Amino acid sequence: MNKIIEKVYFSENVARLVVEAPMIAKSRRPGHFVIVIADEKGERIPLTIADADTAKGTITLVVQAIGVSTRKICALNPGDYLADVVGPLGRATDIQRRGTVVCCGGGVGVAPLLPIVKGMKEAGNRTIVVLAARTKDLIILEREMREAADEVIIMTDDGSYGKQGLVTNGVEEVILREKVDEVVTIGPAIMMKFVALLTKKYEVPTICSLNTIMVDGTGMCGACRVTVDGRTRFVCVDGPEFDAHKVDFDEMLMRLKAYN
Amino acid sequence: MSTISPRDAEWREELRNRMTPKERTAIERVKMPELDPAYRVTCNEEVNQGITAEAAMSEATRCLDCPNPTCVTGCPVNINIPGFIKNIERGEFAQAAAVLKETSALPAVCGRVCPQEKQCESKCIYNKMKRQPIAIGYLERFAADHEVPVADAPVKATKGKIAVVGSGPSGLSFAGEMARHGYAVTVFEALHQIGGVLKYGIPEFRLPNAIVDKEIDSLRRNGVEFVKDCIVGKTLSYDDLHTMGFRGIYVASGAGLPRFMNIPGENLIGVVSSNEYLTRVNLMGAGREGFDTPAPAGRRVAVVGGGNTAMDSARTARRMGAEKVMIVYRRSEEEMPARREEVGHAKEEGIEFMTLNNPIEYLGDERGHVTTMRVQRMELGEPDESGRRSPVPIEGAIDDIEVDLVIVAIGVSPNPIVPQAIPELEMSRRGTIVVDEATMRSSLSDIYAGGDIVRGGATVILAMGDGRRAAQSMAAALDKE
Repeated sequence: MNKIIEKVYFSENVARLVVEAPMIAKSRRPGHFVIVIADEKGERIPLTIADADTAKGTITLVVQAIGVSTRKICALNPGDYLADVVGPLGRATDIQRRGTVVCCGGGVGVAPLLPIVKGMKEAGNRTIVVLAARTKDLIILEREMREAADEVIIMTDDGSYGKQGLVTNGVEEVILREKVDEVVTIGPAIMMKFVALLTKKYEVPTICSLNTIMVDGTGMCGACRVTVDGRTRFVCVDGPEFDAHKVDFDEMLMRLKAYN
Repeated sequence: MSTISPRDAEWREELRNRMTPKERTAIERVKMPELDPAYRVTCNEEVNQGITAEAAMSEATRCLDCPNPTCVTGCPVNINIPGFIKNIERGEFAQAAAVLKETSALPAVCGRVCPQEKQCESKCIYNKMKRQPIAIGYLERFAADHEVPVADAPVKATKGKIAVVGSGPSGLSFAGEMARHGYAVTVFEALHQIGGVLKYGIPEFRLPNAIVDKEIDSLRRNGVEFVKDCIVGKTLSYDDLHTMGFRGIYVASGAGLPRFMNIPGENLIGVVSSNEYLTRVNLMGAGREGFDTPAPAGRRVAVVGGGNTAMDSARTARRMGAEKVMIVYRRSEEEMPARREEVGHAKEEGIEFMTLNNPIEYLGDERGHVTTMRVQRMELGEPDESGRRSPVPIEGAIDDIEVDLVIVAIGVSPNPIVPQAIPELEMSRRGTIVVDEATMRSSLSDIYAGGDIVRGGATVILAMGDGRRAAQSMAAALDKE
């Protein structure tokens, strides 16, 4: 049982939860995820860790209410408990000094991007962030990103904030302007697919963080398998981060609909 | 061998003289009462209902109490089989259970899941007389189920803290033995329920959760602590365990990644591992009222493999409402590693056996759902290194079978988490932890290991035997310090 300490709504369907999990807070690194069970009859679902506070013994999760479990989780309030939280799982992000790094995210993918942005900056990289959303109200963590990064570019589909366009337009603008050594992308699979296509054209190494269907999250079930470079890999133990240019996104998009 | 019911005990001699061997061998072998197949596929109730006390005593009377009981040599942990059976014959059921508990931590489990026909029962003297062997498995289950919870006070844990990684059969067996030696044992489990494969893998209709929980509760009463949702190597590091004061660590982290065949179409929707399928249904309650986890729907289901997990998957699919369930196995039925009883039960439940067939490709529809399994028909050739006749493809004999769910049950590889977290640990090329066979000690002096993480794929009884042996040698080593 893990107590919810704090809850803030970013938008109507997106909540930021601070959850008591001292051992996970201590051992997690950027890129790690946890498996969460909302209540005793709940599913095991993977959620990427957005932040952690070792002193308070808490981790931060950003959850978008889109399915049965995420709706249950978003309906909980401070003082309520999650039935189970286990982790940290997966491999941590390989953070190194590369030069200039572009971190781009969309939707709730922006939340797990934040610790990577902080890590990249700390490692001495010139760190540029591209945040994208459908409309102004759905842009999250802008202030935190501005504090952590050298530059933040905002893209909205409807042009209600920042520049009008997709995440790829923002990333391309940077690539055309200056030498980019690495791109990190986290967001909906379809977004990451197009980021990968773009950066492949410019031959910029790109890391993506995949969020597939999982059951145990520890390498036992294989529900999360994806094809990377022609080989089947397990997102939970081999990932969640992979070379975006080698991921078969079409297969992944198909498999995400397994239970729709 | 047993100390509590030796063969030369007066009562056993009296018992032997009660009847002649001829009279004993004339008794018919007991039959296990089973739920009717038509009924049992509609529910998750245990198929084997257990034998009555009367039937158990009659079956126990068949046992000749041989001077050199070969059955014991067929048991991987050398249970004193005649010792417990003769206690059943004289009606001392609690004593029978006590004899079992001397060697086996979980006899109620083993009585249900051990492949007795390949172990103890295969070595019974009755086989030489061309008669059916003593139903040792049924009797073990009977005695274990009639065990009265032990009333004696738990041993006080005074000798320091021991950590166990994994709460499957090996970890549970180790924990029980170590607690008896006076150590404070904490078992860390990655999942949200205690019991490992006994919970997520073996279905209720073969091993009810209540049986497993009874064993876990008994360990709790003996001072063993359980921590769920905690992955050693992720949540806690090796160093963390030292900081927390653990003097010894037993790694029984079991199986890891499920194997796939790496054939085209294997990542289509509707092709799942048996681990995924069974975990969804057994551990997550998929298909049961009120549970959120979905189960992959299957009307025409193919299960690939011939082991117990394949049988469990096929029979689970039947209970989940499949109209047609096929076992697809590349060898013949004779080579199947599954327990005979499970094969029999599967057939009674209408599972079709497509032996000598090997999947080579899956085809799907435009949404990526599997629709067809392409199989290569096989014939048996020369024996391979396992001694079994190896399957050889029959050229051109390729068939397409309509399916909407495929469950791949062809084995698992050892769990990689502990080895990845402790790179100093000596590993085999197969990804198993290397241990000294006698002591179960690894290349690191405070780490012992057993079960699937050492053996690759083991039976419950072997995994338990490892746990017990590791506990004995760890206790001996620590007591000397």
